[in-house]
Amino acid sequence: MHFEHEIEGGNFSQAGFASSEIKKVLKQLNINIKVIKRVVVALYEAEVNIVAHAYHGKMEVDVDTDKIFMRLTDKGPGIENIEKAMEEGYSTASTEVREMGFGAGMGLSNIKKNTDELYITSKVDKGTTVEMTAYLNRE
Amino acid sequence: MMKVKDIIDDLGLTVFSGKSGLERELTGGYVCDLLSDVMGNAQTGQTWITLQTHRNVMAIASLKDLAAIILVKDNKPEEDTLKQSEEEGIPILGTAEDTFTIAGKLFNLLKNQQ
Repeated sequence: MHFEHEIEGGNFSQAGFASSEIKKVLKQLNINIKVIKRVVVALYEAEVNIVAHAYHGKMEVDVDTDKIFMRLTDKGPGIENIEKAMEEGYSTASTEVREMGFGAGMGLSNIKKNTDELYITSKVDKGTTVEMTAYLNRE
Repeated sequence: MMKVKDIIDDLGLTVFSGKSGLERELTGGYVCDLLSDVMGNAQTGQTWITLQTHRNVMAIASLKDLAAIILVKDNKPEEDTLKQSEEEGIPILGTAEDTFTIAGKLFNLLKNQQ
């Protein structure tokens, strides 16, 4: 099953809405609660990254019998150094975003901890794609 | 098991919103103002003590199935934060005390219940 949500860059009042919609669907599908909890953390962090850094993005989620595949694509500034971005504590977030409690440089490591596979591809000044997989039967 | 309503009188908390959630079960507490830390580490049923008042705290409380939020130092929730709290039935509570003090009191309260 395929689900899609648009994400508006810069609109913090809507941040988490797409993740919340996916959470509801996964609950309705009776997905293992432990898997839902992990997926929700990963989706929220990826969604907030788009809100905080990009102009516009999209969340796509495919629920299969054995896994949940999630792809978040955005049009935005891209990531210059993905390796550096993965480091805990590293962030390029603005002061304003940090004052809200975001931009602690923990988002990508939260994603890594809560998914089984993670691939990030990015082009500077074009955008970023984050692909994440969570397997349903590994708990 | 303690409920959200059980801590209100003992801790002298104000109930800003989400009264329908006062029966939610309370398993513990979590303290942090960094949203990703809460996202990554808070557990279902905990009360989150913070000074952040914007709507994203409700988004996180909802996604993490937290029991309630306590705003410290007389901070007041923003209008859209209140609205989402009502919709989700997750109470937002308030105290004049600072994080250290209210966290200590909640810790003792929960400890004495066991």
